[in-house]
Amino acid sequence: MNALLRMEGVCAGYGAVQALNDVSLHVDQGEIVTLIGANGAGKSTLLMTLCGEPRARAGHITFDGAEITALPTHAIMRRGIAQSPEGRRVFPRMTVQENLMMGAEALGQPGDELPRVLELFPRLRERFAQRAGTLSGGEQQMLAIGRALMSRPRLLLLDEPSLGLAPLVVKQIFGAIRRLNATQGMTVLLVEQNANLALRLAHRGYVLVNGRITMAGTGAGLLARPEIRDAYLGGAAH
Amino acid sequence: MKPAAALRDAALAALVAFGLFAPLVGLRTEVAEGGLALRGRWDDVAWLCLLAFLGRFALMALAGRRLHVSVPAWLHRASRYAVPCCLGLVVVLPWLPFVERYELDLGILVLTYVMLGWGLNIVVGLAGLLDLGYVAFYAVGAYSYALLSLSFGLSFWVCLPLAGILAAFAGVLLGFPVLRLRGDYLAIVTLAFGEIIRVVLTNWVSLTGGPNGLSGIPRPGLFGLAFTSEEGGFADFFGLEYDPVHRVIFLYYLILGLALLTNWVTLRLRRQPLGRAWEALREDEIACRALGINVTVTKLTAFAIGAMFAGFAGSFFATRQAFISPESFTFIESAIILAIVVLGGMGSQLGVAIAALLLIGGTELFRDLAEWRMLIFGAAMVVIMVVRPRGLVGTRTPSIALGERRAIGGNYVSEGH
Repeated sequence: MNALLRMEGVCAGYGAVQALNDVSLHVDQGEIVTLIGANGAGKSTLLMTLCGEPRARAGHITFDGAEITALPTHAIMRRGIAQSPEGRRVFPRMTVQENLMMGAEALGQPGDELPRVLELFPRLRERFAQRAGTLSGGEQQMLAIGRALMSRPRLLLLDEPSLGLAPLVVKQIFGAIRRLNATQGMTVLLVEQNANLALRLAHRGYVLVNGRITMAGTGAGLLARPEIRDAYLGGAAH
Repeated sequence: MKPAAALRDAALAALVAFGLFAPLVGLRTEVAEGGLALRGRWDDVAWLCLLAFLGRFALMALAGRRLHVSVPAWLHRASRYAVPCCLGLVVVLPWLPFVERYELDLGILVLTYVMLGWGLNIVVGLAGLLDLGYVAFYAVGAYSYALLSLSFGLSFWVCLPLAGILAAFAGVLLGFPVLRLRGDYLAIVTLAFGEIIRVVLTNWVSLTGGPNGLSGIPRPGLFGLAFTSEEGGFADFFGLEYDPVHRVIFLYYLILGLALLTNWVTLRLRRQPLGRAWEALREDEIACRALGINVTVTKLTAFAIGAMFAGFAGSFFATRQAFISPESFTFIESAIILAIVVLGGMGSQLGVAIAALLLIGGTELFRDLAEWRMLIFGAAMVVIMVVRPRGLVGTRTPSIALGERRAIGGNYVSEGH
């Protein structure tokens, strides 16, 4: 099968620090793929390298068969990749509506996706005219994902959507990601520290340790591996 | 705050005041026989310390209450009519009975700063790029007009867009090296850029005339009609009696038109994706990158458009003065324009206009007070920042909304950075 996104032998880093070492992975059309790993394993760097900052020092990244390794960030986004960045990064002084519109306008699109985004996250409709900085953490995360969806991406990158959120809110957001995948066939690459939840949601998963991929498999398969349980699930039954 | 604590605080303030004023005010050197003599002025120092004590005490006593002055409801309702009324007043100003040559000149000066404030507002207020060298673009515009008209005999109306383009080019030139800089670092480089332009103007004597400046810059005409007493001039053509004020009135409407053009373009751009991208850039540059905004282009357009309006204002300045020299483009000009933007409220068009009127018109009002003028100027700035830390008009109107636009409260707009 032809993968939507493929990384082959990618190395990247900051200055003398090598954060990613010979990373290869692929995401197929319509899949949810998760990338789990401890703090500092290079998960966020991997997503950022996909977006061209920092640039890959070696290896190839292809999206829909075309090489995107050397493209500038905005050109990569224009091809149909959208990101909900770590720490949400909504525009605090702009309204929810303006934030959402930015997601579409940044790529010169009219914002026709708005009704679908509001359907996915009805809370955003209630907060529509409110300043984004006054939203709760969960609502801001919904806004960040909704903003990314506004450009009708073919691949959605989510960087730690559960960060600092209450379990109930995390459940809501993961439910929305599942629905997005099931009803719209959205392809998602999810970076998470919450390995338990992420592996339950994802079709497939990769484990990143010190910038290298050490394990790969189906979500359920990885969840059953004892070494994953010990390292990322605290050895607990859940 | 408890009275005892307030008293202690006030006493401390008085002590600091004593430390400051004792050498500054308390000791005065006077020419005496055989050299200088030192004379004490301790009664003045005492008065100043008492003033500091009472002022601090009053401030501390009030501290329990809200110090922020909020706009009363009736003023909010009236503000809808305020802008059209002000605009009407500005348009008819030259025809009002009490308006003489002096008032018109002052009006032109204030409008020039309003225009500069609106131009800088694009860079600082909307895009959030702190620019301390804005006067450089003003200088580029002024020298562009002066040199083009003196060397090639081009008319004002041809030079005006050219000066704007050249200033915009200078803006892009500054923009490129500072693309990666933010905040303090950006401010320092822009400050240096402003100084570089001034130093070049001072030292490139063969082109700019150096410190002597350029004089005899041609005056603009109205569709080829010059404002002279000769036949074929403006007065002659319309069958009016020649009056030098005609030219001043013309200049007044010219700068008014240019300022309104700046305002109109800014307001239009704010509602376009580009304007919203500027605001998003001010909020969070990394998020902008993550969304796929071309940050380079967005920043450069902000610099270029802001600089272009400074260039327009600069050529207006050159044609009004008929003489320019590097002295008119010192750092203090940049500082005043920035003060207008910050005091007016970052990103607020109305606020900038009010701040320009207060700062430029206000200092003119206190002209009789000579050197005390700057003291009042500084005190006024401190008072505004204490009372309304987000600027005079600290609210932000969303650039898109369903139904009625609701202003976003000042509490949510930037403060102090």
